[in-house]
Amino acid sequence: MIDFTSASIDFELIYPEIALLAASFLILLTAFQRRLAQLAPLIALVGILVSLALVARQWGNQQSGFFGMIACDNFGTAFKAIFLVTTVLTVGMAHRYLVTRNINKPEFYALMLISTFGMMVMANTTDLVVMFLGLEIMSVPLYVMAGFARRSLESNEAAIKYFIMGAFASAFLLLGIAFLFGASGTTDLRRIVADFNYIASNFEFSLYVGAALILIGFGFKIAAVPFHTWVPDVYHGAPTPVTAFFSVGPKAAGFAVMLRIFLFGFEQMEILTVVFWVLAVLTMSVGNILALRQDNVKRMLAYSSIAHAGYMLVALVVGGAEAISAAVFYISAYTMFNLGAFAVITLLETRSGCKSDFSELTGLARSCPYLSAVLALFMFSLCGFPPTVGFFGKFYIFAAAVKSGFIWLAVIGVMNSFLSVYYYLRVVKACYFDDARTTYDPVPYSPAMVLVLIITAAGALGLGLFPQRVLEFAQSALFAFL
Amino acid sequence: MMENEILTLVTFFPTIGVLLLLLVPGDRHDSLRSVSLIIAFITMLFSFLLWAMFDPVANGMQFEVNVPWITSLGISYHVGIDGISLLLILLTTILSVLCILSAWRSIATGVKGFLISILLLETGMIGVFCALDLFLFYVFWEVMLIPMYFLIGVWGGPRKVYAAIKFVLFTMFGSLLMLVAILFMLFEYQKYSGEYSFDLLKIMQMPFAYHAQLWLFAAFGLAFAIKVPLWPFHTWLPDAHVEAPTAASVILAGVLLKMGTYGFIRICLPMFPEATVTFLPYICVLSLIAIIYGALVAMVQKDVKSLVAFSSVSHMGFIMLGMFALNTQGMEGAVLQMINHGISTGALFLIVGMLYERRHTRLIAEFGGIAKVMPFYAAVFMIVTLSSIGLPLTNGFVGEFLILIGVFKFNTVYGIVAASGVVLSACYMLWMFQRVVFGKVTKSENEKLKDVSWRERMVLIPLVVLIFWIGIYPKPFLDRIEPAVKQVLERVSRAKTVEAERRFQIETELPAREAGSVGATGHVAGGENLCWK
Repeated sequence: MIDFTSASIDFELIYPEIALLAASFLILLTAFQRRLAQLAPLIALVGILVSLALVARQWGNQQSGFFGMIACDNFGTAFKAIFLVTTVLTVGMAHRYLVTRNINKPEFYALMLISTFGMMVMANTTDLVVMFLGLEIMSVPLYVMAGFARRSLESNEAAIKYFIMGAFASAFLLLGIAFLFGASGTTDLRRIVADFNYIASNFEFSLYVGAALILIGFGFKIAAVPFHTWVPDVYHGAPTPVTAFFSVGPKAAGFAVMLRIFLFGFEQMEILTVVFWVLAVLTMSVGNILALRQDNVKRMLAYSSIAHAGYMLVALVVGGAEAISAAVFYISAYTMFNLGAFAVITLLETRSGCKSDFSELTGLARSCPYLSAVLALFMFSLCGFPPTVGFFGKFYIFAAAVKSGFIWLAVIGVMNSFLSVYYYLRVVKACYFDDARTTYDPVPYSPAMVLVLIITAAGALGLGLFPQRVLEFAQSALFAFL
Repeated sequence: MMENEILTLVTFFPTIGVLLLLLVPGDRHDSLRSVSLIIAFITMLFSFLLWAMFDPVANGMQFEVNVPWITSLGISYHVGIDGISLLLILLTTILSVLCILSAWRSIATGVKGFLISILLLETGMIGVFCALDLFLFYVFWEVMLIPMYFLIGVWGGPRKVYAAIKFVLFTMFGSLLMLVAILFMLFEYQKYSGEYSFDLLKIMQMPFAYHAQLWLFAAFGLAFAIKVPLWPFHTWLPDAHVEAPTAASVILAGVLLKMGTYGFIRICLPMFPEATVTFLPYICVLSLIAIIYGALVAMVQKDVKSLVAFSSVSHMGFIMLGMFALNTQGMEGAVLQMINHGISTGALFLIVGMLYERRHTRLIAEFGGIAKVMPFYAAVFMIVTLSSIGLPLTNGFVGEFLILIGVFKFNTVYGIVAASGVVLSACYMLWMFQRVVFGKVTKSENEKLKDVSWRERMVLIPLVVLIFWIGIYPKPFLDRIEPAVKQVLERVSRAKTVEAERRFQIETELPAREAGSVGATGHVAGGENLCWK
């Protein structure tokens, strides 16, 4: 028996998490003072940047601590960086929106940081119970954030729906962990993998049921079909910056854990290939087909995020080093262009009376040429047109699939991105080809928002032209504990 | 000393121009137009330099540059040209200048966006013609879709939205399957040689298994056939052409369609020679259908522009047929005809556009007697029409004649059908010309039409010069095409012998076929190594 636990209580391993948590507590403490409360976004920003710097220091470090509860490896560190970038961009786009909607409360930022803390815990462990804890820490603030627009009926509906579905999923996950514990006598994934053959031969039923339940639990979080039914309403009802956060953060966290459990961990379970094949094809196709007929951009993006989860699931079908780095690359790319698209929608929604229907985009090219050019760039990136980063993301995923012989899966994948062209280009069509019928207030740019747009646009285009660095980042994410 | 940089310069100079244009304020229309005209003109001068430095007798690629781009997958910025790409690049740069000049007055809204789109399109097109890395080829191939989408969708006619999305979806459908095929080739090459590479010239050294070739040819061929467009994939073309603004139609007909035929000659034929031989009869039949069908449909059009659009379907069928005759005359004729079609159809669209600018209609019935009010216009129209039909002394004659020689050598029946297509093309073109230009001026609106301005003359005269130059003295062009064509044919003819052996073996050893083994050559037997999960 290998001894995995290293008993040291090494706080250095969780410095980034501590920084984030400290910032969120500081926000909560200062929330009572009206003048200090104004500083909340600033405190959040500083907290995130400090945490990001600490994460960068952990890069290349592979260490386990807290009796094996915390496992710091490149794979987790890469995802932590992705979460923090997501959070910082969301903070940038949220402030003005919250002010105009009259829901600018400092708690918002505290909740977001706590949720990010949860994601970081999820990515930073190989212990199933700690993963579950992280998941709950991530999810509970999200439920609150979904309902943050207290006076909006839709926002309340989103919160309740998300909460019920989320709690349901957590129950599945917990039951799955219990089954695995029953089969193996431990919750540490590394031990389970080490004894995999023994467990598989003696407790086959518990092992497979446990894996299936865990899959269902995370299937909800990443919005894989058929566990996606909550997505459209929640994404539509929640305040737009929150939706942006939903569509990237928890999804990336869910994938981080799924990649760790199912690719690094249970790679010997052959049935998983078939299960993920079906899930990937269903998720891509259903997401894309339903997105075709949406009249609201936010809802369309909700379905599109389902479809993108489908492309990421292809990596789980394929398995192996290429697939994992392709998935990390895809998620990094997706963070950029999806957040960018939501940032534009958020900005447009700060105009009074806008609900981000397609009709509100008409004539945008005339009134705000730069904004609509940026929006078009994100749409082309979502479609996967070269030379945007969206193309390279899909390219690496499908390359991994073709390499392992899943040619038909790749063909289904590209046919799906063919379908998606239609609805993404509807946005471009509305901006550029249709004439405006009604006039709206001018778009209120804020410096933070402009910065977010510049970063995401530079990411969507620049990383597409020079993907080498991100690719290396994704490849070094392969160093993991399992 | 510029050997290494010149190709990159030609490709990306228009993009540099885009950056310049971004600095010019959007309401200063004339400065925007002048800047982009100068940019396109300099690009054209660079391409003339390319022509001057090109060595017509050398074999293989020239001006090659190979710089690693994304090293972990063996993707490199590998460019280079042979005679075929040289001529197509020249065609692109010349037509781009003429397009900007022709759109001087007709595009009055969103001038900046229009010019940016044209220049980006130019980079994409030149990039496709000089890419020698499959990945790079795919990137340029797709990049050029976006500006075209905007050109049709923003500045197009009444059904522009439908036409634009149809154009994008049709092209995307083909090219995405091509992407999967490219990926498949990458990994096959990796298994064969142990390294990742998208390099066209390297992959060409590798013999693909016969079974794999069939799939790969189908995937690439579909993408290219949609672009050509080969019947029955042509339905996007009339919509796109009719709705697009004049400048976009010219580029669409002049250059974009050639990308399909160029793809066949650069990738499909030399890389999958055995599959080419297998698919040959089907493609020939489709081309013949395109020739006849395109001509017949063109004959009944009421709108001059859609008549020209359908004539493109017919002419592109000719080019395909000449190429797949797989002999020197046919293929040389096909390549030359690619250029000729670009010149004469481009000119036709420009001419129709000038009429449309004056009358805001393109219906044949609205015109008549134009020769009396616009004599210079009518004269140029005449020359271009005759060149499109293929009258001796014009460029069309040389191309069509070579194609017909090649086709007759290859198959007499095909030759007879194709030749009847020439007759049909004379019918619909001349009939249209007669109704528009000759006769009495029937409509009062036509009485005061102004003849072409100096700007429009500048657009038309270079094309007329090219029409006669190629028609009277095509040698400089054919000299540059020949080595490239010979190389393609050499590869395919090797496959022809293999195919003949295979046929022979199947016929003599029928039981062997039932056992599933086809021939003793290494390529063919390798087919079973493929696994399709």
